[in-house]
Amino acid sequence: MHPAFSVIFLTTLIGAAQGMFMALVTGQVYSMANLLEPQDSVSFYAAGSLIALALLGGGLVAAVFHLGKPSYFFTRAWRGITQWRTSWLSRELIALPVFMLLVALYGGAHYLGWTSPFFTIKGVIPIDPSLVIGVIGVLMAIVLYVCTAMIYASLRFLQEWHSPLTVINFILFGLASGFTLTAAFSAWQGVDLVGFYGTWAVVFTILAAITRGFSMLRNSRIKHKSSMRTALGIRHNKITQRSMGFMGGSFNTREYFHGKSDATLEVVRLFFLLMVFAVPVLLLAASNALESANLPMLAFAAQYIGLVAERWYFFAEAKHPQNLYYQTVG
Amino acid sequence: MTQLALVIDLNVCVGCHACVTSCKEWNTSGWAGPMTDQRPYDADPTGTFFNRVQTFEVGEYPNTETVHFPKSCLHCEEPPCVPVCPTGASYKRKDNGVVLVDYDKCIGCKYCSWACPYGVRELDEMQKVMKKCTLCIDRITDESKPESERKPACVLACPTSARLFGDVHDPDSEASVAIRERGGYQLMPEWGTEPANHYLPRRKTRIQIFEDELIRADNPLDKEHPLPAATGDTLDDVSF
Repeated sequence: MHPAFSVIFLTTLIGAAQGMFMALVTGQVYSMANLLEPQDSVSFYAAGSLIALALLGGGLVAAVFHLGKPSYFFTRAWRGITQWRTSWLSRELIALPVFMLLVALYGGAHYLGWTSPFFTIKGVIPIDPSLVIGVIGVLMAIVLYVCTAMIYASLRFLQEWHSPLTVINFILFGLASGFTLTAAFSAWQGVDLVGFYGTWAVVFTILAAITRGFSMLRNSRIKHKSSMRTALGIRHNKITQRSMGFMGGSFNTREYFHGKSDATLEVVRLFFLLMVFAVPVLLLAASNALESANLPMLAFAAQYIGLVAERWYFFAEAKHPQNLYYQTVG
Repeated sequence: MTQLALVIDLNVCVGCHACVTSCKEWNTSGWAGPMTDQRPYDADPTGTFFNRVQTFEVGEYPNTETVHFPKSCLHCEEPPCVPVCPTGASYKRKDNGVVLVDYDKCIGCKYCSWACPYGVRELDEMQKVMKKCTLCIDRITDESKPESERKPACVLACPTSARLFGDVHDPDSEASVAIRERGGYQLMPEWGTEPANHYLPRRKTRIQIFEDELIRADNPLDKEHPLPAATGDTLDDVSF
């Protein structure tokens, strides 16, 4: 497939935003259980929610550029919520704004100080409006991860994508980058949670490395169901295309081919393996040892750039069966 | 239930591209148009087409066979492109099974084209909406036309009658009979898309004949083995 940068930025930005939101709510839950120091509502939770919201907004802008014309966003995109019964893309188009609303409400609740408990469970755990919104938001974040990943995983003849690993990878990459970002945010705010978020970020990064490793292994051994034989219905092992019917390009030659050499693909793969997994883990470990405020930010920057490369590779490694019909100009 | 479809006979297709040009001619100015071209007279031309004829070589030289392969939307009975559409622009007509796109609802996200294993949907570069073969829906449903013209443009244009058009759910239609009696098959059956369009395979007609049947043992005109010369009296010599 031809990697579309609009979708690459959409999935990586909202993935990190969902992860960051889940990190913020996790922090709040931990502090309510007295496992962590409580943080300032405005400068930590509200500001953190604003950053997550900004990333989600960035993702939405990127998505607008995936439409045929950006103007379709205003004139037609509302129809995208109508087919949620059958289309994962439609489900994502519902889940994304709902999640954005919940993030805004969560940040707003903290900003406006809606943190006095409604009631307290067993006299220990106080339940306040921000927590309720946060927990619903976390569930929505998971729903959004599944919707986004299922857009790819549900296409059964794109065999590289058609696997539960696609969904697991999207979730773990989002959590890893989101927790790294929250560690960087904590370091920037001078909050003593860099170690907490950094540790979880490393855990998610390592888990993502394992599951992505499995999916790369699976894809390297994949046996494609379609062949020239099934594409044409002619029972012969040697079928060569002599003409694809035209000599100029077409949508078919542009949309489904990445047009890069195997060597380029290999370079991109090594780059993302380094930048998504090795570099952030080393930087987070170093920041823990050196107590540096800048290293977590650097770790997030490296991981985000790496994730852009990873998503590019994710597209490039998927081989669409229609390519069987478009092999020779002539 | 009606399921309109094409049956394409690979045995008689000569690869002339008449179906390609007639398709573009009819549809660019009809209901499904425009089918725009970019840089048509310049370097790197491109454009929207609903139908293509491709050419394949089967086998290895010198034992090869050239197969011309017309390729357009197969109007699947289980179209994978329809349920994935977020806006409902992509749909399958209930009354005749034709898969269509509502250009006014399409947002050009291209997801349906990813979901089609055959690569028969094309995003129009000017209008930025997804376009595809309509089986000339504006023609086949036009009751003001005589019955004989209510067929897709490609079918009417084909000089070798390689394209049959009909209801593949009606067992007695020309299309169904051809599929049944002439080995019609579907493309990429492994995905369960149940394409309505079928292809008829190439056929070789051979007579079975043995070597000894080519040499007549009792050939009266055989020059190599002349008849034995007459010896003695013949009937003519007998005198009365």
